[in-house]
Amino acid sequence: MSLAALQQNLNNSFAITRPQWLPICQRSDLVTNSGVCALWGDTSVYSTETLKTVTKTVDQRSVALFFLPEQEQQLYAVDNWDPIAQAGVIARGIIAEMEGELTIASPLYKHHFRLSDGVCMEDSSIRLATYPLAFNGDMVYIGSNKIQ
Amino acid sequence: MTENAKNQKLIVIGNGMVGHHFLEQLASHQQATNFDITIFCEESRPAYDRVHLSEYFTGRTAVDLTLGDIEQYRQWGFETRLNDKIVEIDRENKTVCTASGISHSYDQLVLATGSYPFVPPIPGHQHERCFVYRTLEDLDSIRSVAGTAKSGVVVGGGLLGLEAANALKALGLEAHVVEFAPGLMTAQLDDGGSALLRNKIEALGVKVHTSTATEQIEEVDGHLRMQFKGGSELCTDMIVFSAGIRPQDELAKSAGLQTGERGGIVIDSGCRTSDSNIFAIGECALYEQRIFGLVAPGYSMARTAVAQLTGEEGTFTGADMSTKLKLLGVQVGSIGDAHGRSAGASAITFVDEQSGVYKRMITDSEGQKLLGAVMVGDTDDYDTLLQYHLNDIQLPEHPEQLILPTTDGTAPTLGAAALPTSATVCSCHNVSKGQIVDVVAGGCHSLAEVKDATKASTGCGGCAALLKNIVDEELAVLGMEVNNHLCVHFPFSRQELFHIIQVEEIKTFAELLDKHGSGHGCESCKPTAASIFASLWNEHILEPTHVGLQDTNDTFMANMQKNGSYSVVPRIPGGEITPEKLIVIGEVAKRYDLYTKITGGQRIDLFGARLEQLPEIWRELIDAGFETGHAYGKSLRTVKSCVGNTWCRFGVQDSISMTLQVENRYKGLRSPHKIKMAVSGCTRECAEAQSKDVGIIATEKGWNLFVCGNGGMRPRHADLFATDLDDESLIRYIDRFLMFYVRTADKLQRTSVWLENLDGGLDYLRDVIIDDKLGICTELEAQMERVVDTYQCEWKTAINDPEKLKRFRQFVNSDQTDEKIIFVKERGQLRPATTEEIVETAEPA
Repeated sequence: MSLAALQQNLNNSFAITRPQWLPICQRSDLVTNSGVCALWGDTSVYSTETLKTVTKTVDQRSVALFFLPEQEQQLYAVDNWDPIAQAGVIARGIIAEMEGELTIASPLYKHHFRLSDGVCMEDSSIRLATYPLAFNGDMVYIGSNKIQ
Repeated sequence: MTENAKNQKLIVIGNGMVGHHFLEQLASHQQATNFDITIFCEESRPAYDRVHLSEYFTGRTAVDLTLGDIEQYRQWGFETRLNDKIVEIDRENKTVCTASGISHSYDQLVLATGSYPFVPPIPGHQHERCFVYRTLEDLDSIRSVAGTAKSGVVVGGGLLGLEAANALKALGLEAHVVEFAPGLMTAQLDDGGSALLRNKIEALGVKVHTSTATEQIEEVDGHLRMQFKGGSELCTDMIVFSAGIRPQDELAKSAGLQTGERGGIVIDSGCRTSDSNIFAIGECALYEQRIFGLVAPGYSMARTAVAQLTGEEGTFTGADMSTKLKLLGVQVGSIGDAHGRSAGASAITFVDEQSGVYKRMITDSEGQKLLGAVMVGDTDDYDTLLQYHLNDIQLPEHPEQLILPTTDGTAPTLGAAALPTSATVCSCHNVSKGQIVDVVAGGCHSLAEVKDATKASTGCGGCAALLKNIVDEELAVLGMEVNNHLCVHFPFSRQELFHIIQVEEIKTFAELLDKHGSGHGCESCKPTAASIFASLWNEHILEPTHVGLQDTNDTFMANMQKNGSYSVVPRIPGGEITPEKLIVIGEVAKRYDLYTKITGGQRIDLFGARLEQLPEIWRELIDAGFETGHAYGKSLRTVKSCVGNTWCRFGVQDSISMTLQVENRYKGLRSPHKIKMAVSGCTRECAEAQSKDVGIIATEKGWNLFVCGNGGMRPRHADLFATDLDDESLIRYIDRFLMFYVRTADKLQRTSVWLENLDGGLDYLRDVIIDDKLGICTELEAQMERVVDTYQCEWKTAINDPEKLKRFRQFVNSDQTDEKIIFVKERGQLRPATTEEIVETAEPA
């Protein structure tokens, strides 16, 4: 699927929020059945040549990217910041199925966050932000919900 | 009396096990504050555990055996006077007088004066190498003489006599038992059981002389010659008298209290003596013409006296004298009317001469009720039979099945449900089935919690299996799932899963889940499977198929700290380190600004490393010759040691060399939980080996091996497993022990808890590891050999593999560092900033 087609697809399914798609890392940066952390900001630009973000903004955030090749939905992105532990460690957790749902268990205090919507299984008032994530060739793209 | 009980003066004479139990019971009673309590003790030390006295010879110290604690007594408001013997009771004025002539008044008096060993008045019995087996001082004397002796004789073939014989044997002496009666342990065993016991004991090298009366003891050429009735004689180096006990009743007798013809202070069912203000409890008391020389009835009397003093109901009406024990390694059990002397009694006997088992049950004439039983060589049925006896439970249609071996190897046990709630489960602490049911219903849902709450099974431990049955049964009744399944994804215990993975040679989690599990796995089963794969196949934990299974600390081969940074622990085997290497650690710490701390395991922990710094730090450490310390893994952590005989004037073995050998052998072994070890070069035990999973303590002849100790949250004193081992046997036993633990423990179960839950406990463990009862020792050793042979330093492999280093980037798409990790300085080093400090330093929005 071309990027344009992907964009079109997602534009359709996210008609209201109109995500903007930006490259975030390479496919080979991901770790199978586990997570890695990437830096991402609205105005940061990821160079597909240097494979780095080239501008830094104050609104940068770390996101945890998970690659589960056996699942129907293979890619997940959630905030890397664990609000319970007050540390950026979500990407280093372990993928755990809990009550039939795929979750990420935070490494510090073992809270589970649902990958699909970021809700904490132990305390539903806590929720991590989630983002759409997709492959495009060898690249991985993240979708922003913000308006251009 | 009791309504005016405020500030009654209570004097307790004697502080043995029963006296101590009395104080414990009274202290926990709400009316305890109504009494001013003073304890007089003739001896210089407070109560200690005489039941386990012999363990003084196998590694336990006087401190370990101590029960009474003066400081504790003080906290309870009791005054303790050691070395202060009461020599007179003035009942008229209600005072007692000490040897130093000071009198103290009382309102109520408790005599817990115990007993003394009976020494038959044989001419020569006062010789300096004649001993009794009663106090720690006696054991000290025996030990010091045994050092130069070749043989020793125990006079008395009862329970305590055989224990003394065992001690002499353990001290390296040729041991003899001289018994006046025609058999051994005739109080507890019938002729058949007694005869088999004798055979077994003789096979162990103890010489038994029954129907033998000693007439004279004299010293001839430095030896002691015992002359027996009938003219025979025996030469030996020391003699231990163990011919029964006599109640310590002199004080009571001179005060005019009623005593028995053959001694003992007469008490009624309220434990009151002939003077209603004076109680007598324990081995000094005589109830219905009987002295009760076991600890459980003594405790029962103590509870009765407390009840009487506090105005509650409680009587002592005799006690069950059933016992189960292991004498010289032979299992012996005796229940109720062991001799079948009751009217109309009939017996069923099972004898297996090949494996040396004798069992006999005594029933009433109709075969409906169990009156008594004798077991020698196999006491597996003891618990079940005892419950039939104590609770008058109707015997099954074919009662012989209770003692006959079954073809499938499992004896029919009495279901816990069949017991009435009044049934006593733990006779040491008088815990009924009803009390156990109550605490389970009240929220204690594990065996450990129930033990904690009721004290059941914390005395002799004989009721452990029954207790477990009751707890399981009650949990099932409450609808709680009693299973040890790993998690919802695998309907197996860790042990079962280990077996499956081993037999089917499964190498990946995907295959395991596909064949035996369901769903996608979780943080419980994934690391467990990863640990089993590592124990069995020992592939690198960061192989692509394994990396997603590891806990975060294993994933990054470092210990995550609260702010997401890591600590690094290089291996420093035995705590031995060259100045050059020490400098390297210092330089690395300085370069990366790491908080540096010495650990309890004689290593150095470097805190505050950022994820992306870990590979660089390790490259430097590895270049200097360090290896990973596995501080992050459920695996061997450290082997602590002292300097041993290389430097220490007390050392008897080279503890450092042994430490290096074991640490280098077992490093990298992945296990159900972390494993700690220590090696001490002498009995001074500077390495604190008795608080470790595996503790090694040097002896003159080799090494003593201790197992299943623990420090931390639930301290547990390690058990002495084997003594005086040579280097090879020591390593062999540790190989087997560790692999058996790795195979059979539950997930995250330390060796201490594992042993406590192991059916058959330490004896069973010895059967498996030393006697190879399960026939698996060769396999266990081979398995360990494989792990040892395939050892790799995980960090060394990782820093040479770009694929494995991929994850050691804070951000996969940026070289920036995690700005949320903020450190501040304290005492010259970094530490994580507190939340408040972070808010203060944050830039305004």
